[in-house]
Amino acid sequence: MTGRELAGSGLAGRGTWLISGVRLAGGELADLILAGGRITETGTGLTAAGARVLDGAGLIALPGLVDLHTHLREPGREDAETVLTGTRAAAMGGYTAVHAMANTTPVADTAGVVEQIWRLGRQAGLCDVRPVGAVTSGLEGRQLAELGAMADSAAQVRIFSDDGRCVSDAMLMRRALEYVKAFGGVIAQHAQEPRLTDGAQLNEGEMSGLLGLTGWPAVAEEAIIARDCLLAAHVGAALHVCHVSTAGSVEIIRWAKSKGWRVTAEVTPHHLMLTDDLAANYDPVYKVNPPLRTAADVAALRAGLADGTIDCVATDHAPHPVEDKEAEWQVAAFGMTGLETALRVVHATMVETGLLDWTGVADRMSARPAAIGQLDGSSPTPSPALHGRPLEAGSPANLVLYDPAAHSVVDPAQHASRSRNTPFAGMELPGQVIATFLRGEPTVLDGKLAR
Amino acid sequence: MHAQHPGSADAVGAGQVRSVPPAGRKTVLGPEEISRALTRVAHEILERTNGAADVVLMGIPTRGVTLAHRLASKLSQVEGRPAPAGSLDVTMYRDDLRLRPARRLGHTAVPSSGIDGKIVVLVDDVLYSGRTVRAALDALGELGRPRAVQLAVLVDRGHRELPIRADYVGKNLPTSQRELVQVLLTETDGQDAVMLGSGREAEPGTARGPGGAGARDSAAAAGPGPGAGPGESTHQAGGSIQTGVAR
Amino acid sequence: MIRHLISAADLSRDDALLILDTAGELAQMADRPIRKLPTLRGRTVVNLFYEDSTRTRISFEAAAKRLSADVINFSAKGSSVAKGESLKDTALTLEAMGADAVVIRHQASGAPHRLTGWVRGSVVNAGDGTHEHPTQALLDAFTMRRRLGRLDGLRVAIVGDVLHSRVARSNVLLLHTLGADVTLVAPPTLLPVAVSAWPCDVSYDLSTVLPKTDVVMMLRVQAERMNAAYFPTVREYSRRYGLDAARMALLPDHAIVMHPGPMNRGVEIAAEVADSGRSTIVEQVANGVSVRMAVLYLLLGGADPGGADPGMGEALAGRAGAGEAGPGQFRAGWLSGKASEAAR
Repeated sequence: MTGRELAGSGLAGRGTWLISGVRLAGGELADLILAGGRITETGTGLTAAGARVLDGAGLIALPGLVDLHTHLREPGREDAETVLTGTRAAAMGGYTAVHAMANTTPVADTAGVVEQIWRLGRQAGLCDVRPVGAVTSGLEGRQLAELGAMADSAAQVRIFSDDGRCVSDAMLMRRALEYVKAFGGVIAQHAQEPRLTDGAQLNEGEMSGLLGLTGWPAVAEEAIIARDCLLAAHVGAALHVCHVSTAGSVEIIRWAKSKGWRVTAEVTPHHLMLTDDLAANYDPVYKVNPPLRTAADVAALRAGLADGTIDCVATDHAPHPVEDKEAEWQVAAFGMTGLETALRVVHATMVETGLLDWTGVADRMSARPAAIGQLDGSSPTPSPALHGRPLEAGSPANLVLYDPAAHSVVDPAQHASRSRNTPFAGMELPGQVIATFLRGEPTVLDGKLAR
Repeated sequence: MHAQHPGSADAVGAGQVRSVPPAGRKTVLGPEEISRALTRVAHEILERTNGAADVVLMGIPTRGVTLAHRLASKLSQVEGRPAPAGSLDVTMYRDDLRLRPARRLGHTAVPSSGIDGKIVVLVDDVLYSGRTVRAALDALGELGRPRAVQLAVLVDRGHRELPIRADYVGKNLPTSQRELVQVLLTETDGQDAVMLGSGREAEPGTARGPGGAGARDSAAAAGPGPGAGPGESTHQAGGSIQTGVAR
Repeated sequence: MIRHLISAADLSRDDALLILDTAGELAQMADRPIRKLPTLRGRTVVNLFYEDSTRTRISFEAAAKRLSADVINFSAKGSSVAKGESLKDTALTLEAMGADAVVIRHQASGAPHRLTGWVRGSVVNAGDGTHEHPTQALLDAFTMRRRLGRLDGLRVAIVGDVLHSRVARSNVLLLHTLGADVTLVAPPTLLPVAVSAWPCDVSYDLSTVLPKTDVVMMLRVQAERMNAAYFPTVREYSRRYGLDAARMALLPDHAIVMHPGPMNRGVEIAAEVADSGRSTIVEQVANGVSVRMAVLYLLLGGADPGGADPGMGEALAGRAGAGEAGPGQFRAGWLSGKASEAAR
């Protein structure tokens, strides 16, 4: 894609961009002018004196992607990822906002830690980093963390999660759901009944039986989701379900939504594409929590995302250093990286299959996650930075330019993430992120980091 | 002496389909000549062992075993008492095991008389480098202590690589190292014949009995791989591997 | 085959029969005064044992030594998988020692599989977690064939903790390959949930199965299962799934009783059953050495693998398209049926 960017005058109009002839999600061709951090004009045949020009022919423009579920590992596991490397990966994947999960060391369970993470994100400047606060102190599932203090902090935390662990105590979950209503928070549950998953390694089914790996039953996820939907309904609170992985979970969420309850849900790219039989060689790159499921589950998840039962795609980007994956399956760490491949996987699994059009992709990967994270300006409390807005004049200039005609083999060595544990390594995927703009400034240009 | 004998297919048992040896492969011994050679060898054994009273014939699988039993029957016809015959697998004692993937083991069967104090006549179909016989001497040494060990072969084709000679030879057959000598016996191959062929041309499709000797010889000779070097192994392996055996 | 022996599913019918035939010849040699064969002289076999299993280690050690291999025992017991040197670093150490084969026993299912990626030599699975124990299945099949003369059509009941049993997994796969009819008998809690996909029958009732059984194989009940609600009490387990003299009387006259050991006398098997003439438990131990010799010979006795078709390929030359529907195919079919990625 070299030569796509035709540099204009470096003297005048710094920060002003003219993106010409790009296709919007709805299909129409348009020029976009970005200035002062906003989209100032859309239309055809636009000109802007002194602007840098980006030829958008053949590219699709989507609102900057928003990830509800990212593990940036800092503080504590900087050998796996840092806020800087993680947000580089995010930018390369087309993201302009990510939600940093709380299972760091120390745990993000106080205002101090969430503010630290928030500031690291501001310093990196590649992507808005929205800390997720822990629900319980130390993720221990015993006592609520100071949720209000985190909400009131500079980081303005709105999503709380013990992700990695389930808030399995029903009473505690009820209290958490109730408590965050005071400041419009949402509890994001990692649905995993602990007693049913003691030592679990792989989806319980044919493969786990064949491989002699302790089974991880679907019901361990579904039972918690059902319980939490009923709790959320009972107390009138908002529940978000992390990384839905089973067909049964989709059914339960569909039912809860039909009742009008405030339940939202996410699915990961890997659960949209991969199945448990990949574990046949015991390669821990396929070890993830929740585990890869069956082809029937994958089909149900795709259908659920297509019909909106599942609100959004969230990466659960979980970087690990090589040594944590180069081990016996049982010893290896759970998790997969995902930021840099998410849009391409959604393209392959949802767009190429006809389940979603690009408007749908913009909705599931930007608008809806922004709404759940209260970044879209719709919530009563003003958001520090708007995301997920349509690409129209006046919106913040957060956008991604994507070449849907490209295709290439995923090479982890090329990834900006510090870690290499992508299950898509060696797979040919469609598409390429050509440019990402955060408030009018390119973070990615020509498919490379712009800074 | 036979010259070309492409019509060896006529020895095939009823119902068996057998390909005719291609040009470049000729029959050097037919059924009658093999029978006469074995009769002569039997008489020589009788002469040199004082009536074969203490003789135990130990054939080296696969065709050596067949030949040992044929010799035993000829000895008993002449002497009127049965001559014990057995088999001695030498696979685990070979010095060329590492040259090719692991081989199927042959069967070892020691006659009830045992071998201690006996005159053991080792029987093989072809004597070439001498390495099989060396392995057989090692294997035999693990089974007991014979009074003497002798060697009988149907064909001696020369090219020895060890100081070993045969006591009884059915047929001396001068060959070049590039040639293949193939012994076919009715019990394993449906016909009696000794064939000589050019190694390069001995491809699958040549005479191949149920024992698969043809396949093995041609496979071994087909290329410069580790198994294709000179040496009796080329031949012997053919005897010890029974393709298609599935019990 | 095969360069490694990781799963009974790696073995085609021809491979398995070759091993059993070879073991038969070797067992015959064991009856003669020969104790040692020169075959693996100069080859190094490492016994890498992360779990205490004296009987299996000794069996492999005896097998390797009878073939004149150099044997290194590397006991990693106590170096829990979660701490200490990683399996990969251990593998690199063994590689540096020039191990031609690594016999590995490990508490983690799949550890031998992982090892194959880190060492050049052959890897032999001597039991991995709750996955497989292929040489145990081979020696069991060898024992059945010796006692009953055949495997094809043999009716085999495997009784007990199938869920956690590597012996059961390997036996189901191997016996299916060899044409036997396997019935698993266990309380539902000790069967995998997807056991219906296995190539065998399932029953919850031992007494109804025994009269239609040629071989009954009792599995050991692990003490730790008793505290995890798999069954109410040991007494109840023993009453419902144990083999005592009264139940043994339900077997046909020719039927044999097997146990991979070590036994819990009075739990899954009564003493008078274990010591009866039907019991093959002592033979199984002796046969284990012959079978492991056969495996080591066939993996190491030939040229170094590394070519396209190493291992037992040569000894099997001429098997035209060995396409028996063994578990290799059963497994391959399973996997290929579901594409590794769902249909796009």
